[in-house]
Amino acid sequence: MSTLSIEQIKESFPVLQQQVHGKDLVYMDNAATTQKPQVVLDCLNNFYCKDYATVHRGAYLLSEKATSLFEAVRGKVAQFINAQKEKEIIYVKGTTEAINLVANSWGRKNLKEGDEVLISAMEHHANIVPWQMVCEDVGAVLKVIPMDDKGELIMEEFYALLSERTKFVSVVHVSNALGTINPVKEICQAAKSVGAVSLVDGAQSTAHMKVDVQDMGCDFFAFSSHKIYGPSGAGALYGRYELLKAMPPWQGGGDMIYTVSFEKTEYADPPARFEAGTPAITEIIGMGAAIDYLSSLGMDFVAEKEDELLRYGTAALKEIEGLRLIGEASKKAGVLSFVLDKAHPHDIATIVDGEGVSIRAGHHCAQPVMTRFNIPATARASLAIYNTKKDIDALVRALRIVNDIF
Amino acid sequence: MAYSNELYQQVILDHNRKPRNFRKIEEPTHVCPGHNPLCGDHITVYIHTEGDVVSDVSFEGSGCAISKASASMMTESVKGKTLAEVKKMFEEFHGMLMGELDVDQDQHKLGKLSLFQGVKQYSSRVKCAALSWHALVGALDLKTEISTE
Repeated sequence: MSTLSIEQIKESFPVLQQQVHGKDLVYMDNAATTQKPQVVLDCLNNFYCKDYATVHRGAYLLSEKATSLFEAVRGKVAQFINAQKEKEIIYVKGTTEAINLVANSWGRKNLKEGDEVLISAMEHHANIVPWQMVCEDVGAVLKVIPMDDKGELIMEEFYALLSERTKFVSVVHVSNALGTINPVKEICQAAKSVGAVSLVDGAQSTAHMKVDVQDMGCDFFAFSSHKIYGPSGAGALYGRYELLKAMPPWQGGGDMIYTVSFEKTEYADPPARFEAGTPAITEIIGMGAAIDYLSSLGMDFVAEKEDELLRYGTAALKEIEGLRLIGEASKKAGVLSFVLDKAHPHDIATIVDGEGVSIRAGHHCAQPVMTRFNIPATARASLAIYNTKKDIDALVRALRIVNDIF
Repeated sequence: MAYSNELYQQVILDHNRKPRNFRKIEEPTHVCPGHNPLCGDHITVYIHTEGDVVSDVSFEGSGCAISKASASMMTESVKGKTLAEVKKMFEEFHGMLMGELDVDQDQHKLGKLSLFQGVKQYSSRVKCAALSWHALVGALDLKTEISTE
C-alpha cells in the first residue's frame, strides 16, 4: 500500500505540470484516456534507445532481449488480473479489438440462428456493434438487460431474459457514461448456470479497482493499456484456456501459424493463434510498466483514494444550481456525468476548458444510455489517481462561471 | 475575463435564450434536417421561397448555444434575400469559420453574423456554428463547393 500523497503522485505525471489558457491544467477526461507517469515514459524511451527489435524472430541478441521483455508482460497481466495461466493472456490493440476478436472467433463458430446474446443497456458502442454484426450474420438475437433511473441494471429483468437460448453474456464492468459498477460476478455465475459464456468489458475498471478474473468467474475479460496509464495501441484479452484452445483464428498472418504451405496451414496454439502480424511491441512493454506502476501504488489504495474523491466531487457538484447528475448507482467508480439546466454540455466543456479544466461533452460512445435518460449528451468529469480535491474545486469554480455566463 | 467571452458574446447568448423564427413553417417549399452525430445536435430548417426570394425561413430542434444562436441569426439574415445572395452569404460565413475570410480586413456582407468569427479558434465548435447553414443550403439544394468533411 502506497504512502504517497495524491499531490506526490500527480508530480510523477509530466503532462499535468502545465498551464492551459493561462490556468493550471486540471485533466478529468480519464474515462477517455489517462496520462502517463514518468516511469512509463522512461520505459518506452529506454526500450527504443537500448533494446528495440522485432519479437519472436530472435537469431540475434537484440531480438532475444526484446522478446523476453515483451513476453514478460504476459505474466504481469496474468498476475495483475489473477489469471491462472500466462497463456490465457492475448495481446490486442485495446478493448475494442478484444471484443471484436471474441465476437468474430467464438461468436461466428458457436452462435447459430435463434441463439441469444445478452448485453446491457449501458454498454459502450464497442460492446454493442461487434455483437450486432455477428448476430445479423448468423441469425442470432441480441437482447438487452435494462437499467433503472439511477443507472443500475435491473437484475430481475436480467434473470427473466436468461434462458437456455442465451449463449453469450457480454457486460461492462464499469459504465464509462454513468460510473455504475455492475455486479459482474453474479452475472457471470448466472450465465454459467444456463451454459452461456461470459465476457466482462474491463476498460473502465482495470485502472481503478482490484480485478480478479477467477473470483469474477468470467470466461473473457478485456482492457486497454491507455486507460491504465500505459501507451495507446495496446491492451489485453483474458480468455479461459479451454475456450481459447477451441477457437479459430480471426486474423491470418505471420506469428499465428505453426506451419504454412499453399495447401494447408496449421495454426499455432493460443495466445499466438490470435496475434497475427508484428504486434505493438513497445506499447505492450509500456503496458507492463504501467501495471508495475499501479501495482506499486496498490489497487486497494487506488480504489480507496478514488472513492474518497468521488464522494467529495458528488457532494460538491450537487451544490451547483441547476446541475443534475446522470448515474447515481449505489456502487460507482469515478465518473461524474451531469447536465445543467441552462447550458448544453458542449458549451459547458468549452467554458470550463477556458478555466483550465479538461472534461468531456457528448454521448461518450454510449448513445443508448443517452436515449435511456432522454438527453442528447452529458458533460463528464472522470477521475484518476492523480486527481485532487483542488481539481474538483477548480471544476466547481468553472461550472459557476458557466452558470454566470448563461 | 473568462477565456471563452469572445465566443459567448451577449448577442449570441440572447439568441440562444430567445431564438428567433423558432417554429415550423406549415407548408414549406423546402425543408432539411441537420444532424451533428458527434454531439447529437438536431436542427431542422424550413424555408418558403417565392420566385428566387426566401420569403420565410425558420428552424426547430435542439443543440448547444452556438448552434442555436447561429440558426436563429441565420434566419434573420437570409429572410428576404435572393438565392444567389444566400449562397454568397453561406460561402462568406463558412469562409469566416475556416479562417479564410477575415471579417475585419476582407469585403463581406455578413453583418452581425461576423460575431461568430471567434468560433474559428475552437475547431471542435465550428460544426456547431455551421450546422444550420448546411441544412439551409441542403434544403435549397444550392450547389456549393464546400463540404464539412
